Amino acid sequence: MYDAMMAETVKINGHQGDEVEAYLARPLTPGPSGGVVVIHHMPGYDQSTKEMVRKFAAHGYAAICPNLYWREAPGAAPDDAAATARAAGGVPDERLIGDVAGAAAYLRGLTSSNGKVGVIGHCSGGRQAFLSACELDLDAAVDCYGAFVVNTPPEGSPLKVRPVLPLAEKLSCPVLGLFGADDQFPAPDEVATLEAELTKLGKEFEFHSYEGAGHAFFAVDRPSYRPAAAVEGWQRIFEFYGRTLAA
Amino acid sequence: MCTYLTQSGPIDGSGKGPNGWFTLTQATVYVDHPQHAPYEHTVNIDLANPKLGPAARVGLELTEEGALALIESIRAALASAPPGLASANGPARPVAA
Repeated sequence: MYDAMMAETVKINGHQGDEVEAYLARPLTPGPSGGVVVIHHMPGYDQSTKEMVRKFAAHGYAAICPNLYWREAPGAAPDDAAATARAAGGVPDERLIGDVAGAAAYLRGLTSSNGKVGVIGHCSGGRQAFLSACELDLDAAVDCYGAFVVNTPPEGSPLKVRPVLPLAEKLSCPVLGLFGADDQFPAPDEVATLEAELTKLGKEFEFHSYEGAGHAFFAVDRPSYRPAAAVEGWQRIFEFYGRTLAA
Repeated sequence: MCTYLTQSGPIDGSGKGPNGWFTLTQATVYVDHPQHAPYEHTVNIDLANPKLGPAARVGLELTEEGALALIESIRAALASAPPGLASANGPARPVAA
């Protein structure tokens, strides 16, 4: 089987047409294939996120991660960019939605595209993935332990964000939620509230909570990594995208 | 977990970053995942000057014990010097008789 792929930094048009840096990985097959927008976590547009982008390409998807901190810190090291963005209050929701819309349009514009685009995010990106699925026309959303979908950030938080739950009725696509049972942000009761609301609204979703796993259990380079939960979680992700992003 | 809680305030002094010494204007302190320290959570301190760009930053990731010990060391060092010696306004001057 021909399995060559290409990974490179590109420029896309994000919110309000701004030119934003993004990392693209795609199979070199003619397609048609689905696309995945990867939303990076708070620590930024970093090496581990780029690895994830390449992983999607290796599984046959065109994947792209916009650098959400490009405006505050163009060309900066990911950790410096993350510190700058944190001190500035994080990424405004409106801008995030615009950047994800630009990334999705870029994927749909590839000649290999089958027109379908999913989104995935971890941690703060999990909330942003859910938010994107409420505000944009997407085909699948994966929320990996996104906090503040239901609850408001605690006082003193630098994040000037609002809960997303009131937008849930606008959800445009099926949602896969992967959570750690030991996580506090989101805690199991927040996940249960989200589950109840999506059930009430008749939305298509699938949630899995892993015992013995806390926040960031997918992060292979952190002590929070939980191999069993992460391996099974990746299986759920590829099954889900296999169903929702197929031609 | 991500606590997201952040304390931030002005600071006055200098720090040495990847491009050499620079003037510090802002300190940000938060307990969250570190970039480098081999722990799930650390006390993270960014000493920065946002006007000089993202690289004008001295980053620290300390364990709780390390952070508290640092506070004590700073207090002890200040206590061993005459009051005001390291103040931006200079040491207190004796009032002329």
